[in-house]
Amino acid sequence: MRSPGRSWREHPQRYRLEAAKCTGCGRILYPPRVVCPDCGGREFETVTLPRKGTIVTYTVIDVPPTGFQGQAPLVLALVELENGVRTMVQVADVPDMDRLAVGMPVKLEFRRISEDGEAGLIFYGHKAVPA
Amino acid sequence: MRDVAIIGVGMTAWGELWEKSLRTIWTEAALAALDDAGVDHVDYITIGCMSPGLFVGQEHLASLLADELGMAGVPAARVETACASGGLALRMGLAEVASGLSDIVLVTGVEKMNDVDTAETTYALGTAADQEWEAFHGVTFPGLYAMMARLHMAKYGTTSEQLAAVSVKNHANALLNPDAQYHLKLTVEDVLGSTMVADPLHIFDCSPITDGAAAVVIASMDVAREITGDRPIVRITGSGLATDTITLANREDLTSLPAVRKAAERAYAMAGRVPGDIHVAEVHDCFTIAEIMTTEALGFFEPGQGGPAAEKGLTGHGGKIPVNTSGGLKAKGHPVGATGVAQVVEVATQLRGEAGQRQVEGARIGLTQTMGGSGGSAVVHILEVES
Repeated sequence: MRSPGRSWREHPQRYRLEAAKCTGCGRILYPPRVVCPDCGGREFETVTLPRKGTIVTYTVIDVPPTGFQGQAPLVLALVELENGVRTMVQVADVPDMDRLAVGMPVKLEFRRISEDGEAGLIFYGHKAVPA
Repeated sequence: MRDVAIIGVGMTAWGELWEKSLRTIWTEAALAALDDAGVDHVDYITIGCMSPGLFVGQEHLASLLADELGMAGVPAARVETACASGGLALRMGLAEVASGLSDIVLVTGVEKMNDVDTAETTYALGTAADQEWEAFHGVTFPGLYAMMARLHMAKYGTTSEQLAAVSVKNHANALLNPDAQYHLKLTVEDVLGSTMVADPLHIFDCSPITDGAAAVVIASMDVAREITGDRPIVRITGSGLATDTITLANREDLTSLPAVRKAAERAYAMAGRVPGDIHVAEVHDCFTIAEIMTTEALGFFEPGQGGPAAEKGLTGHGGKIPVNTSGGLKAKGHPVGATGVAQVVEVATQLRGEAGQRQVEGARIGLTQTMGGSGGSAVVHILEVES
């Protein structure tokens, strides 16, 4: 079971989509890092990710992992946001699986992601929905 | 650096081994390798094992296993790079012998995956992905490879039939391997008609959950010449290890495996070999798309040609480059930490000319490749038999 601390420290990213922009080269890192992998910079400013993007690739998972069993079929996608940042998220509210496609426009919405058993935390974050 | 040889190999039957514990299957494989080498002592033991903590609740594995083998006191270390841990175990053993720190090293790999239920097994395997930014959202390993497969199909026209051809070939190869988990003849139709796990991957595109262990004994050439007698000596001539981003979100091109390519380049350079020199290869077919992508990353085929090559039989017996003669991860089984060592067992056996019905005639140079997670780590070795 995850401690509250582990979940709490990720709230800026999960709840508010906060990313780190390298003041040296401008690369936007989500999640933030201590050092920029492109230029080695160590100074960052906080920026908020755009919510609109497109699907880079996706899959429909028929056998979900622990914590997601009730959610099959589970659509997972790599989404590229308008500023070029890529993030792995679920795609929710898909009316027809045949409409899923690479390049499909989506937007990020705040949603419940999973639960850590009966007594554990409830995890929230963002999912993509058709735009 | 000193030259290093493989002087013994050990493998036991893989599968759902309910009657045996991790320590038992590991010790049986270790003894098989020691017996094959004809040695009763080693200077060091390496153990590739991805997650004994999650699979059987046991850490501090190296000391436990050294003791179990009756070798308490011998230096031993467990090493881990997810599903590539077995390949890493050989790399670490190689460094021990090549540097002169040790003369004889027992290189092993083990994973006991059936002591927890399937959901927990899936969770443990999922820890090889980024826990906070991939697994958090519910993605599984079939899901990650499915995402790569979808792009490979879109970019190169790779088909589900080509993916299925990999599974059909590896299951056919396993029919000739008594240690394989499955002895099951499959057709392309069987694969395409099987349950979808993560679109476009069916259950028969996926490697299974397996209990198993494998071991090899390596030694300096001086020691090898002393004790191998008339048996062919297999040298480790190339070794490459590389890392990459473990999140797909940070990887520029999802249709290639940069870590595999880099590890291969390093191993080829060390051995002074090129892809066309290789006669037989064991590669990491955790999913059928993975074998297609690795045969491209290793330079056996141009990018995008891995699928057609599989379909045309170029990776089968008698093909341009026979791949996974053991049955591969798909059909021999995939006890994750053991896989990289078992690949070495198969290729060394081929190079010794002792592979029986699976023998690739005239095989003198072989390659093994294993990778962790969705390609976040990779290990490649090149083995050559002395003529």
